Amino acid sequence: MSSASLEEFREEVHVWIEQTLPAELRVGLRKDLPKESRRRWISALAERGWIVPDWPVEYGGAGLDRKRAAIVKSELAAFRAPTIRGFGVSMLGPTLLEFGTDEQKREFLPPIARDEVQWCQGYSEPGAGSDLASLQTRAVREGDEYVITGQKIWTSYAHVADWIFCLVRTDPDAPKHDGITFILFPMKQPGVTVSPLKLIDGGADFSQVFFDGARAQAKHVVGPVGGGWTVAKRLLQHERTTDGSSEEGGITGAMKESLVDLVKREVGMEDGALADPTIRQRLAAQEMEKRALGLTMARAMAEARAGQATRDIGSLGKYRWASMVKNEQDIAMLALGTQGLGWSAPGFDERELERTKAWLTTRADSIWGGTNEVQLNVIAKRVLQIPE
Amino acid sequence: MALTLTEDQLILRDMARSFFDEKSPVERMRTLRDSRDTTGFSHELWKEMGKLGWIGIPFPEAVGGAELGYGELGVVLSECGRVLAPEPFVSTVLLGGNAVLLGGNEPLQKELLPDVCRGERLLSLAFHEHGRFAPHAVETGATRDGDGFRIRGEKRFVLDGHVADQIVTVARTAGGSGDRAGLTLFVVDADAAGLSVQRTELVDGRNAARVTFDDVTVDATRVLGEIDRGADVLDAVFDRATIGLCAEMVGTFEEAFERTLAYLKTREQFGVKIGTFQALRHRAAHMFGGLEFARSVVRDAQSAIDDGRGDVAECASAAKARCSEVANQIGAEAIQMHGGIGMTDEEEIGLFFKRLKAAELTLGDAIYHRNRFAGLRGY
Ligand SMILES: Cc1cc2nc3c(=O)[nH]c(=O)nc-3n(C[C@H](O)[C@H](O)[C@H](O)COP(=O)(O)OP(=O)(O)OC[C@H]3O[C@@H](n4cnc5c(N)ncnc54)[C@H](O)[C@@H]3O)c2cc1C
Repeated sequence: MSSASLEEFREEVHVWIEQTLPAELRVGLRKDLPKESRRRWISALAERGWIVPDWPVEYGGAGLDRKRAAIVKSELAAFRAPTIRGFGVSMLGPTLLEFGTDEQKREFLPPIARDEVQWCQGYSEPGAGSDLASLQTRAVREGDEYVITGQKIWTSYAHVADWIFCLVRTDPDAPKHDGITFILFPMKQPGVTVSPLKLIDGGADFSQVFFDGARAQAKHVVGPVGGGWTVAKRLLQHERTTDGSSEEGGITGAMKESLVDLVKREVGMEDGALADPTIRQRLAAQEMEKRALGLTMARAMAEARAGQATRDIGSLGKYRWASMVKNEQDIAMLALGTQGLGWSAPGFDERELERTKAWLTTRADSIWGGTNEVQLNVIAKRVLQIPE
Repeated sequence: MALTLTEDQLILRDMARSFFDEKSPVERMRTLRDSRDTTGFSHELWKEMGKLGWIGIPFPEAVGGAELGYGELGVVLSECGRVLAPEPFVSTVLLGGNAVLLGGNEPLQKELLPDVCRGERLLSLAFHEHGRFAPHAVETGATRDGDGFRIRGEKRFVLDGHVADQIVTVARTAGGSGDRAGLTLFVVDADAAGLSVQRTELVDGRNAARVTFDDVTVDATRVLGEIDRGADVLDAVFDRATIGLCAEMVGTFEEAFERTLAYLKTREQFGVKIGTFQALRHRAAHMFGGLEFARSVVRDAQSAIDDGRGDVAECASAAKARCSEVANQIGAEAIQMHGGIGMTDEEEIGLFFKRLKAAELTLGDAIYHRNRFAGLRGY
C-alpha cells in the first residue's frame, strides 16, 4: 500500500467506502442512526485501523503517514460517514502516544481504536474552571494504588463512561502547578458517584462526579507523579484542534437543512437576492468566515509540514471556530423568527426544533476546552508573547 | 491549492524584502508626498523592478513578461505593502495591464506590454464615475464616428492617470447606466486631442486623476474585448486587480500589526507596559486573527487564478470583503493603541492607517463584496 501513489490510494479508499458504507449512514454526525448498521460499519472501519489511521498498527491504527491519514479522513468526510470522535480517539490517544509507557499504550490504545471503551475527562471542578490549576481533588498513595477523594463537574458523558482520565492533586504542599498528577481509573467502581446535570438545551450529557475513596492503580499515572500539568496542557491542545480543524466540525455538519437553504426558505428571494439585505450580508459573511477558517487551518498544517510555521494557530482556531458555530445558529434564529422559539411539537417542525436546540447547545462551544476569553489570553501571552 | 510559499517564492520574498528595505523605507513615501513630487513615485525604482522581472510577473514571455503567477506577484505586492511603496503596480499592472492582457487584442498587446514589463510605459484604467465602487455604472458614452468612436464624459479616480501613457477607458456604447451589457473598452493615448487630465492628490499620498473626454476620437483597432461586451473583460480584470490589491494589503497589515505589537511591549503607563492590560491584549489577539485569516483567503484567491479554478470571482470577493474589514480593524487599532502619538503626522503609523483606508475603498468595500459573493452563491 505504501508504494501506491497518493491518487491511487485515494481511489482505493473511495472504492472501499463506496462498497462498505450503507446509504442510510451517509448523513453526517447524527444521533438517530440505525444502531446495528452503524455498529457493523464502525467495526469494519476499526478492522482497517481507519478510526485512527495515523496510529501505529500495533495499537490499532493503520500506520499511515500524515498525507494518507488525511486522505482517509477527507474521504470519510466526503461521504458524510459516521466515525468516532470521542475523548479516547481525539484526546487521550494522542496524549498517551506521546507520554504513555509502552505498557499503557498496549493496554489502552487498541480498545480506543476499536471503539470498545468510552472515556471521560475529569478536569474541571466547582472551584477550578478557567483557573484549572487550582484543582483540589486529592489522591493519596496506598501501596500500589492511589485513593481519590473530591469532586469534578461538567464531566461530559460521565454517565456512560467506562474510564476517566483525571487530574488530581498528589502534593498539596507543592506550588499549584507542580502538585498535579494525570491518572486513569475505571468509573464503574464503589467510590465513584455520577450525578447528571440538566442543561439549557434540555440535554443531560454531563454530570457532577463525586469521588469518595475511589481507587486507581499507581501504574496508571501518565507522565511523572507531580508532572501532570504538562500532560494536561498537551491534551488540551488536542482538544482545541479537534473541532476547530474540521470545517464541518460538530453540530453544524449534522443539520438536516443547510443554513443557506433555511435562510432562503424563511426570508424569501426577490430578483435573485435574499429579500432582506442585512441578513444577506450576515449570511455571506458567515459563509466566508467558515471557508476562511478551513483555509487557515489547512494553511497552518501545510506550513507546519513545510517548516514555515511562524505563530501557532491552535487557540485562534478554537476561538474563531466557536464564534463561527454560534453565529450560524444566531443567523438561523433571526431567519426563523418566532418559529425558532418552539420547545416541542406540535406547532414546530423538526427542522425548526433542531435549530432551536443547536442554538442552545452551541453556547457551550465558547466555554468548553478553554473559554473564548481564555483563548484570547493564550494568544496574547504565548503566541504574541506580550509580557503580563 | 498553494497555501504555503514555494522555495522559489521564499527566495523572491527575501529578495524583495531586502530590495525595499534598502531602497524604499517608509520615509521615501513621505518625502515624495511632502515634496509634492510631480510623479508621486520613482520612475527609476520602477524601471529597476522591471529589470528584476517583477513588473512582468503576470505577463506572457511573448510580450516580455516572466509568465509567473499571482503567487509570485502577491509576494512582491505584499513587500510593497509592507513599506507603503507607491510604485504603480495597481494602475499599470493590475488594472491597465490586465485590461490589455485579457482584452485579447494581439496587436495592442505587442505594442504596449513589452514596454510595460520594462517599466517604461505606464497605464491606467478609467472606470470610476461615482464615489462608491459600481463597476457598471458608466455614463461616459462612445458613439460611432466613421471607422472609430467619439468619447464624451468624465472619469474620476484614474489611478496614476497624471503620468499614464495610455488610459484604458470604459465607455458606454449601448444600454443605460448600471447595465452590464453595452460597455466597451478603449485604449486612449494620453496626448489624444480632447483629453484633459487633472492630477488629484489622495489621502494616502498617492495620485489619481480626473479625466475629461471632450469628443476624443479613438480608432476601432484600439478596442479591447468585444464591442458592447467589455464587461466580460472588465469583470475579470477587477477580479485579478482585487486579488493583487489584497496581497498588497496583507503586507500593510503585517507591518502595521507588528509595529503596534512592538508598541504594546514597550510603552509604559501606570508603571507597567500597556500590553499588560487585558483590554488591549484581547484586541491584539483579534488583530492577529484578522491578519492570519486575511493571509489565508488571499493565498487561496491567488491560487484560484494560478490553478485556473472556476471560482476566481467568489475568491476575489471573499478576499476583498475580508481585507476591507481587517483594514478597518487593524488600521483603527493601530492608531488607538498608539494613543496621541498615533495622531501625529510624524509617527509613521498614521501613514499605514491612511493607506489602509484608501485600499479598503478601492475596488469595492466589504459591503459591496459580501453582496457580490451572495449573488455568486445564488442568494
Ligand atoms: C459543553 C461542555 C462540556 C464540558 N466538558 C467537560 C469535560 O468533559 N470535562 C471537564 O473537565 N470539563 C468540561 N467542561 C468544563 C469547561 O472546561 C469549563 O466550563 C471551562 O473551563 C470554564 O470554567 P468555568 O465554567 O468554571 O467558568 P469560569 O472559569 O468561572 O469563567 C466564567 C467567566 O469568566 C471568564 N474568565 C475566567 N477567567 C478569566 C480570565 N483570566 N480572563 C478573562 N476572563 C476570564 C470566562 O471566560 C467566563 O466567561 C465542559 C464545559 C461545557 C460547557
